[in-house]
Amino acid sequence: MFAYLTRRIAYAFPILLGVNLLVFVLFFYVNTPKNMAETILGEKRVTQEQIDNWLREHNYHLPRFVNLQERFPSTFTQTIFWQKSMGLFAFRFGQSDVDNHDISAELRKRIPHSVALALPIFFASLLITIAAAMIVAFYRATYIDYVALVTCVLMMSISLLFYIIGGQYLFAIHLRLAPVSGYDAQFPHLVKFLILPVFIGLIGSIGGGVRYYRTIFLEEINKDYVRTARAKGLGEGTVLFKHALRNALLPILTNVIVSIPFLIMGNLLLENFFGIPGLGSYMIEAIGKQDFAVIRSMAFLGSVLYIGALIIVEVSYSIADPRIRLQ
Amino acid sequence: MTNLLNNWYVKDAIVAVVVGIMVWIGLMLSRREVWRSAMRQVFGRRIVRVSFAILALYTLIAVLDSVGYHQPLRNSDGSLRRHPETNRVIFDSDGRSLLDLLLTPLRNMEEKTYSAPFSATQFTKETLYDDEGKTTRGQPPLKHPRRHVLGTDRVGNDVLYLSLKGIRTGMIIGGFTTLLVIPFAILFGVTAGYFRGWIDDLIQYIYTVLSSIPSLLLIISFMIVFGRGLPQLCIIMGITSWTGLCRVLRGETLKLRELEYVQAAEAMGVRRARIMFQHIVPNLMHIVLITAVLSFSGRVLAEAVLSYIGIGVGADTISWGSMINDARQELARDPVIWWKLIAALVFMVGLVLPANLFGDALRDALDPRLRTE
Repeated sequence: MFAYLTRRIAYAFPILLGVNLLVFVLFFYVNTPKNMAETILGEKRVTQEQIDNWLREHNYHLPRFVNLQERFPSTFTQTIFWQKSMGLFAFRFGQSDVDNHDISAELRKRIPHSVALALPIFFASLLITIAAAMIVAFYRATYIDYVALVTCVLMMSISLLFYIIGGQYLFAIHLRLAPVSGYDAQFPHLVKFLILPVFIGLIGSIGGGVRYYRTIFLEEINKDYVRTARAKGLGEGTVLFKHALRNALLPILTNVIVSIPFLIMGNLLLENFFGIPGLGSYMIEAIGKQDFAVIRSMAFLGSVLYIGALIIVEVSYSIADPRIRLQ
Repeated sequence: MTNLLNNWYVKDAIVAVVVGIMVWIGLMLSRREVWRSAMRQVFGRRIVRVSFAILALYTLIAVLDSVGYHQPLRNSDGSLRRHPETNRVIFDSDGRSLLDLLLTPLRNMEEKTYSAPFSATQFTKETLYDDEGKTTRGQPPLKHPRRHVLGTDRVGNDVLYLSLKGIRTGMIIGGFTTLLVIPFAILFGVTAGYFRGWIDDLIQYIYTVLSSIPSLLLIISFMIVFGRGLPQLCIIMGITSWTGLCRVLRGETLKLRELEYVQAAEAMGVRRARIMFQHIVPNLMHIVLITAVLSFSGRVLAEAVLSYIGIGVGADTISWGSMINDARQELARDPVIWWKLIAALVFMVGLVLPANLFGDALRDALDPRLRTE
């Protein structure tokens, strides 16, 4: 297990290096530091001197990859790539381009708020969609199945924006069941502020989830071991909830990682609408302020999390299915 | 280059080429019996026929809206206005499309500001003068009472017209993007799966790197660097959907290349390029088609979100996302101005729901085992 993990993390490194290079090229070749300075300082009425000062202040005046004016180790360290991009591997995100705040500190402050929103949505939607999918699969090829399927496709076809705007209007403004927006990290108040966004996030993920898990269960139901279980006289409920569920865990796990990007995307909007000071609203603020450093850091952090999640899923494969050995 | 691309006849030529390719693909597929029988199964259900009809209608509107022209300016006596020195005809600077021409009455029904659907009076109150010169506060009558099916927006444009104009943006992002990336996905996916070795490693590396950045973050990074706009959005959405399709096609090619008919072709000395494009690619087309239709709806929905957070299409492009974005302040008013938001959402569902239903039917008929998110 340990050897496998080490190797898997070693494999992840070239990928992260690729991500790093891609982001670097995007932010420092396609969009040069000078462009960046002009965008942030304002295109017009900015002197060359101001631009130079800004670049020096942020260490963007250095050459990109190789600094020939310095002696050996500094030839490579006194460059934008080393200072700005390689630091990401050590989670040194540096400072913001717009107001010079420390990005790492800001991230540490915001991550718990994002997690407080994402975790309940994640687990509640997993539980509810799987349960609902099994019920739908239980009534397969009946009228209930058909209606449920059409409802799912309809729910998938509606933009998350509608659920958020509609939900906020109906429950918070019209019925006054929850605060419209706001946040308080203290425990009992937290629930009050999170309940509506979590509920809306749940609604938004149900359609796609139920439909997807239903296909997985239907696939399992047509397999030989299920026929055997039925033949020896087990009830349909036992077959479905004991035998099929256990075997469907593997494809379910795969879907769980697929849903992680969706989680980020959904939370971006939810945090924005409900005023939760997490990573999502940080991104939206950065977009508004054209803060390139923040977006660069987030893109890298996002892929680290994604790759990490992939590794966790692979490890958990071996727990869900003893036939899989990690070698 | 940008100048050339912005010319209306270049744009029209692109539209003609795209429509031509679509018709050609349709004709090619309808010649094969496998596809004909699959299509008979797909179109056997009424809900699919209805979905297809709606999609065709949306496509027609989008194509009509893409064919542009500029009107020549005329003098007051009706003769063409010409440049005094070069003697060339002068054209109107803002282009129109065929859809604009068809919707001229709708386009010209401008009001001063907000009005509710089918309302006879303006939504906001203002000071009115009656015949005797007395002033009252009230809602003035509209210039076109009870004619705005979906009401008007802040600057008095008809919301139905805006929603119809949004179709083109949605269709370009949903459909045109796919047409752009499909050739690349097929080329790279099949090459990687067929040749294996270092080519496979390289292509796998490229798409793994691209797909390791969560797509939303990649799109945001790309759009913040290149700025808002429809072409940029199409390219980056193309890249994010390319990775998934490429991966599936590579896996499928790996399976196909071991099959007997491919081995037989190899034994007979058929050239590799011919094997790839004549023996393998046709057997992947169903996957391409299913993925194209099913990923369509995801992109239409994503456009709205991106335009909403301010990195989608530019402010000068009418899209459902920017309509929803406008609706943000309108919802904070009391009484609520809901029609622009609802119109954009209903038009979106009207496109996404049939696309999903049609995609599902295609998958059930062509490859029920293909798992799609």
